[in-house]
Amino acid sequence: MSLTNEYIKQRLSEKFGDQIPGYEEPAGMLTFEAPKEMNLKVLNFLYDETDLQFRFLTDICAVHYPGQTGRELAVVYHLHNLEKNVRIRFKVFTGIEQPDVYTATGLFSSANWMERETYDFFGVNFVGHPNLKRILNVDEMDYFPLRKEYPLEDQTRTDKDDDMFGR
Amino acid sequence: MYRETAIVNESEVTGDLVINMGPQHPATHGVLHLVVHINGETIRKVEPHLGYIHRSIEKMSESLSYRQFIYVTSRMDYLSSHINNHACAMCVEKGLQVEVPPRAQYIRVIMDELTRIASHTLWWGAMAMDVGALTPFFLAFREREMINDIMEETCGARLTMNYMVPGGVMYDLHPLFQQRVKEFIKHFRSKIDEYDELVTGNIIFQNRMKGVGILTKEDAVSYGCSGPTARGSGVSCDIRKLYPYEVYDKVQFDEPLETAGDSFARYLVRLQELRQSMSILEQLIDDIPEGDIQAKTKAVLKLPKGEFYTRAETARGELGVYIVSEGGTTPYRIKYRSPGFSNLSALDHMARGGKIGDLVAMMGTLDLVIPDIDR
Repeated sequence: MSLTNEYIKQRLSEKFGDQIPGYEEPAGMLTFEAPKEMNLKVLNFLYDETDLQFRFLTDICAVHYPGQTGRELAVVYHLHNLEKNVRIRFKVFTGIEQPDVYTATGLFSSANWMERETYDFFGVNFVGHPNLKRILNVDEMDYFPLRKEYPLEDQTRTDKDDDMFGR
Repeated sequence: MYRETAIVNESEVTGDLVINMGPQHPATHGVLHLVVHINGETIRKVEPHLGYIHRSIEKMSESLSYRQFIYVTSRMDYLSSHINNHACAMCVEKGLQVEVPPRAQYIRVIMDELTRIASHTLWWGAMAMDVGALTPFFLAFREREMINDIMEETCGARLTMNYMVPGGVMYDLHPLFQQRVKEFIKHFRSKIDEYDELVTGNIIFQNRMKGVGILTKEDAVSYGCSGPTARGSGVSCDIRKLYPYEVYDKVQFDEPLETAGDSFARYLVRLQELRQSMSILEQLIDDIPEGDIQAKTKAVLKLPKGEFYTRAETARGELGVYIVSEGGTTPYRIKYRSPGFSNLSALDHMARGGKIGDLVAMMGTLDLVIPDIDR
């Protein structure tokens, strides 16, 4: 039995029903979202079921949509079934006031650093993460740089005394 | 950020010695800082501290157009910059639904494989130098220099080529390109056997590498390892095989797999990949079709609203490019899934219980390029 998008869709809707509101296929990749409380249940289901087995976590990243009140931050999981060579994309949305999402470190060891990176740049608080601290930026930083309200530094500014770097 | 100034400290809780390795350590090949907890000679824990050369390429890309952001990615994995550019160009092409002309596809694959050979050759020399053999480093640079010269003739640059553009490649090939590549393959065929004689069969080298830094198949998958690092543990994950892009489905090549999962297995995988890359080059170099080198695209590119993900096999593993577009001329969000980031996260697991003297031998076979990890 080949693992088609249709089949994955059918298995997910059997299990979760209306809790997964919709499915899309942008550029052929099955994409769906779930309520943020459900993220571990969905990931567990995708990981454990013998006919699904999405066990390779390619990436976790976040996207900031300042316009969507109550669901400003999207956490995007890219999953890959290495044996049958199928990949899917799974999203959860969270509000920016209290960006709590359950951690996936129990399932994937790779989630440890990927979630730290997501926290570092977007401030998503992964509940239950063993070591949630900044990874690429300095610890003292008090903002989350990839959020849309932080613009790039003005390249033409002249008030900076930085002889070493020629500006 | 780790603020201790002394190189060696003692942990008050466990009594272990805490050693700072890096950020300026010759074996990390870049600014990577490892905080190593040791008890006697046994490693208890390795804590990598990253981000010393974080440039926030993702944030910069958000304000650059779809033609511009590709050039920044050359600075991520500077040893396989062609392949970085290639992955980004493919992602933009996917959004625009542009078909790349066959000539450009051939050129791209040939350039990718040349880059892979250059990167693996440099790794081979640096790896041998890390474990104490200095001669291979000079041999490796001799061969890599030939590839750099070929690149310089066609692309105009030796390291950050910026040769791939959305829709094709920037210039046509240099008239002597095919001849030069054939000369290089002929030269390298004899040299790679020399590599084997010099290093692979060396008993001192084998003793350093065997049984060190073992990563099981399950762990490699769980840590998201890809590329030769995962293939040394028996995980079949070559993107060129899984999702053939450009003309990879037209060429015959094997995906080398080893099952031991130790440093020596990863070493063998990379050496076999060199041979496979040469075989791909030999199959393609005479058949480059005539025709356009670029598809017709608009001067200002606009991607439709949506999400696009492409992946390419760099010399280190799977590079993923994820573009979220809101329909404008710049990406709304762009995320690079760099292979080195995940590979390095497995280092702590590999090193625990090993000897401090073997740490360099473990780290060397991960083939870390720090700008790729820090982005």
